[in-house]
Amino acid sequence: MHEMGVAQQMVNIAIASIPSDIVNPKVEKLNLRIGNLAAVVEDSLKFCFEIITKDTSLEGAKLVIEKVPVVVKCKACAHQWEVDGPVFTCPSCRDGAVEILSGRELEISSLELAD
Amino acid sequence: MEITIQKKVLEVNETMADKNRNYFREKGVFVLNMMSSPGSGKTETLCKTLKRIMPETRTGVIVGDICTRNDADRLEATGAAVVQINTDQFGGDCHLAAHLIDKAAREMTLDSLDLLIVENIGNLVCPAEFDIGENVKVVVLSVTEGEDKPLKYPLMFQVADAAILNKIDLLPYLDVDADLAVNNMKTVHPMMPVFKLSAKTEEGFDQWIEWLNGQIQAWKK
Repeated sequence: MHEMGVAQQMVNIAIASIPSDIVNPKVEKLNLRIGNLAAVVEDSLKFCFEIITKDTSLEGAKLVIEKVPVVVKCKACAHQWEVDGPVFTCPSCRDGAVEILSGRELEISSLELAD
Repeated sequence: MEITIQKKVLEVNETMADKNRNYFREKGVFVLNMMSSPGSGKTETLCKTLKRIMPETRTGVIVGDICTRNDADRLEATGAAVVQINTDQFGGDCHLAAHLIDKAAREMTLDSLDLLIVENIGNLVCPAEFDIGENVKVVVLSVTEGEDKPLKYPLMFQVADAAILNKIDLLPYLDVDADLAVNNMKTVHPMMPVFKLSAKTEEGFDQWIEWLNGQIQAWKK
């Protein structure tokens, strides 16, 4: 629901990371890592990104999204597993609070500029 | 040419949330972030909570809504200090971000408060994603929303420190299994305390108030 705000932040971060000595930079690709638990809808993000990058150095850039699986660790027995549904009960000891090791990412890894 | 960035997209919010956390600690105020879907009874739960904990616990409320200050008026009637945030007149945002909390908190006299409650915008998705610098997050689910909401919105129930199952006074009239709703919350968050209560009749309120006071006392130490 807040994909436009997320897209705006992405553009701010991307533009700030381009060295100022590059004249008329053109970004071809923006590489992202998005966890499966992150409250972001991929199609909606792409749509907002396309609109918000108009007339910027990111116009027409491709969003490449690497999805990050949800991996958790049981605080009681230290068992680690990948969660593929809304079940966070430890399959090993059936108890314990969990620590989320991955799956909440919303990160920009890198961008690729045209030569 | 590839440029490595490795940055969190919500970094600006996280930095602001940390700033809020430091500010609240400096002022000696415990902060509770209350979240739920629209119509779950957050405001009524808060009104009844305020009635029980004030004036011993000096409390202020920041209330977020897209439109209107109806909730602020209801909460102000309890005697609490209230600041209303409207994210936009029409449409608006789907959550309260850390910078909005900073702005609202600075309109309050935090030195004279022990507890600051943030009533977030009714939404089970986005508020779960945005840290505002709170000490605890509490999610409210009402029995009329159905038992399976925790499974449909797992992030919200996973990040919450406690949950309230509200409107239990309606159970005799509904085909809803309250125990199943609690089990679903525990599936998503096994160790989470869950309080079954009715904001209308105040059944089950004692345990909730006891937990809240315990959290504030533990933090003060």
